[in-house]
Amino acid sequence: MSVQKREVLPIKVSNDVVIARQKVRQLAVELRFSLVDQTKLVTAASELARNALDHGRGGSMTVEVLINGGRSGLKMIFEDQGPGIADIEQALKDGYTSGGGMGLGLGGSKRLVNEFSIESEVGKGTRVTAVRWR
Amino acid sequence: MERIPVLRMGPLLLITIQVDMHDKLALQLQDDVTEKISEWGSTGVLIDISSLEIVDSFIGRMLANIAAMSRVLGAETVVVGMQPAVAITLVELGMSLPGVRTALSVEAGMELLYGAITDGTENERSEA
Repeated sequence: MSVQKREVLPIKVSNDVVIARQKVRQLAVELRFSLVDQTKLVTAASELARNALDHGRGGSMTVEVLINGGRSGLKMIFEDQGPGIADIEQALKDGYTSGGGMGLGLGGSKRLVNEFSIESEVGKGTRVTAVRWR
Repeated sequence: MERIPVLRMGPLLLITIQVDMHDKLALQLQDDVTEKISEWGSTGVLIDISSLEIVDSFIGRMLANIAAMSRVLGAETVVVGMQPAVAITLVELGMSLPGVRTALSVEAGMELLYGAITDGTENERSEA
């Protein structure tokens, strides 16, 4: 598996979530994902970027274009140095919210991609990785 | 400050969301709609989202909030024009927008709202 392209975007203010969405859309179009798959990727990016901003006090998004044999994919990594998640299993449940949201961010995003993982350390921060293959 | 325009057409409010909204803009719209309903005594709110390329949980919640707040203020809300890819994604995300009336087109949405208004007056008449 090789990384063809790699970009890092800051997620510090509300408008950075919009810019993150646009970057993911651009790459998904370049990779010729179907419209539904583009929409799923952009929606997942929006949820995860907002999480990093609202719950993780801001961080960054790294996007990578992956090539694995004849397959291409888009990988998104959201990192923050926020309070971290104590119980990841609980955070993934629909309806669980620590803020004022609907609690669909993490569990919902997981359903929109093919691969999904969360690494988190309380007091240090959280890294969420999501991949969708074409 | 950047704002999404809220237009008045007789008893209805018309809103067309044509920009990729950041969260503050969505919250501002929520405030503006409730303010306009109470200022103009509107009985219907039509929100056209045909230009929206995604609806995430935040925008979904905003639409549900507008519908709920409007109802409390005596106005019906109809969300129109959702793109099929957006609908598929929204349901997979886990949101089916309960409590929000939807229609495929602006025209169909208008019919729903005018129907609701007529029903309302008829009820008033029969009560009187």
